[in-house]
Amino acid sequence: MLQVEDLQVKIDDKEILKHINLTINPGETHILFGPNGSGKTSLLMTLMGYPQYRITGGRILFKGEDITNMPVNERAQLGIGISYQRPPTINGVKTRQMVEICAAGKIDAAALAKRVNFSDFLDRDINAGFSGGEIKRSELLQLTAQDADLFLFDEPESGVDLENISLIGGTIRQLLQRDFKVNTRKSRKELHNERTKMGLIITHTGFILDYLTADKGQVLYNGVLTCASNPREIFQCISEVGYGECVKCAI
Amino acid sequence: MRDLDEKALKAKDKKAALGQDIDLGMFDSSPVSHNYVKELAVLPTVDKERMLHAGVDTGEKERSGTYVQKDSTVIHAHSKQEGLEIMPIKAALKKYDWVQDYYWKLASVDTDKYTARARLDLHDGYVIRALAGSRVIYPVQACLYLEKEGFSQNVHNLIIAEEGSELHIITGCTTAPHLKSGLHVGISEFFVKKNAKLSFTMIHHWAEEIMVRPRSVGVVEEGGLFLNNYISMTPVKSVQMYPTTYLAGKGAVARFYSLLVGSPGAEIDVGGRIFLKEPGTRAEIISRAITNGANITARGDLVGEVPGVKAHLECRGLILNGGTIHAIPELHGKAEDVEMSHEAAVGKIAQEEILYLMSRGLSEDEATATIVRGFLNVDIPGLPAQLKAEIDRAVEQSDKDMM
Repeated sequence: MLQVEDLQVKIDDKEILKHINLTINPGETHILFGPNGSGKTSLLMTLMGYPQYRITGGRILFKGEDITNMPVNERAQLGIGISYQRPPTINGVKTRQMVEICAAGKIDAAALAKRVNFSDFLDRDINAGFSGGEIKRSELLQLTAQDADLFLFDEPESGVDLENISLIGGTIRQLLQRDFKVNTRKSRKELHNERTKMGLIITHTGFILDYLTADKGQVLYNGVLTCASNPREIFQCISEVGYGECVKCAI
Repeated sequence: MRDLDEKALKAKDKKAALGQDIDLGMFDSSPVSHNYVKELAVLPTVDKERMLHAGVDTGEKERSGTYVQKDSTVIHAHSKQEGLEIMPIKAALKKYDWVQDYYWKLASVDTDKYTARARLDLHDGYVIRALAGSRVIYPVQACLYLEKEGFSQNVHNLIIAEEGSELHIITGCTTAPHLKSGLHVGISEFFVKKNAKLSFTMIHHWAEEIMVRPRSVGVVEEGGLFLNNYISMTPVKSVQMYPTTYLAGKGAVARFYSLLVGSPGAEIDVGGRIFLKEPGTRAEIISRAITNGANITARGDLVGEVPGVKAHLECRGLILNGGTIHAIPELHGKAEDVEMSHEAAVGKIAQEEILYLMSRGLSEDEATATIVRGFLNVDIPGLPAQLKAEIDRAVEQSDKDMM
């Protein structure tokens, strides 16, 4: 379980997240909506532990442990994984190495890469000259290898062509144990009840909702979580009236 | 011959254009004799270990021949393959007239006091030649070893890849473990003939007070390829070199790679200069420099003299733990229709990259080491697996030392 309690975050002296309260129970996936600059990515980076996001109040609990001041790598080891929107290029570090680092010796990189149609990229420098879709596939490959318990996705569908979006949607669905096709011996209800993976997905376009179900939608507006509701309903509302509606709740 | 000696005499006190001036009088260069060893296996273990650090395997596994010089004396030279000649240059000069066609033909004796010294007070050096059409599959290894304290080792090497041949050489320069100070002066002249392929990988594994002044010049004929790698990742006092290569035949190619790690107090001034003199020639200079408290100057100069040439220069520097890096990439386009470019970057490791790796589970130190190793992990096309392995080993070793 992820519990965020009254979280306040600053970058330099600017307040970017204000009194955030959020709970993601085991097995739950939440969708995070919000206009540009509302603090969505900041929330993900804070959960991951990026030091430039300075926590000035509140706390973060994960699996019952207070991780508010825990370094990034320890959070990763505890089971938090993130798919970045624009990850950095690291010259000379191969994609294969990244997958191996994520897997910590557990999984075979080559076999895994085949699943996300990414074998050709294993011997390329990580993110060097990757297209939008290639970055996403590489990120998902790493997350699959890491096998985290809480997955943070920063706009997984942005910059992805139509051909790859279903591949990406399907991979995320599997990561979050929302793929009912994989195991035929158990009932869907059983599968649902056994689900433990947690997800927090930032989306602008809502396309991702065509590929997986989500339990809750959250709207972040100007650093404030303004509403939590059915994700499809939120998406429909934003589509029809825009984020203007959120202003009312943010005050 | 006389002329050369006279020219050398005139230049015996001539300061080099680059690098700190060295007082040659500080070093003794009177010959030191060592016994010739027929079997490398009899060398003391300490020597073997030091040689191995510089890529010279006394077990000769996957090597096609070996040359070892200790101080001023050649202690081993033999070729294991037909079509490959390995011999001490002094003996070769006496025995074969053709050696004169190469000796001091590219390098000038009066370049500076170091070339002059190699002319006037030559200890020895190697001649390595692949005969026309011969393909030397495994690398030839050569070791220049300093054992005597305060010694000045003056060597002259000739490397000749005859028409259509393929030759790979690894030269390891190192010292006995106890050695503190010394000077290494090395002249190397490279001849890559028509359609020949030569790769030359030099690993320096010196000691904290060693001064190094290599002087090399190469020429590549039509369709030839010259791959020149330089690796220096361990402590040294001062290195200055600026090897020059002339691409003198159509379609000739030269590629220079250097991997430098400078430890505290070291002065390293290393670069490469390539003249593209014929249409269709191509050149590439790639350097990676890391300083841990050294002053590193990374130079590169590409001179496009005729239309239809292509050249690229890439200089990247990482300031890890103090010190300075001065990147000097130069391009000279002397004709229309030349395609020449360079990129240079100097900085510290990006925090963003460290955090990216940390979010995949690595500690900060592990992340830094991974990035550093990646920085030094340059793909060198055309290099045999054995030499790639030696470079990887040097990188791995320096990695351990740095962290």
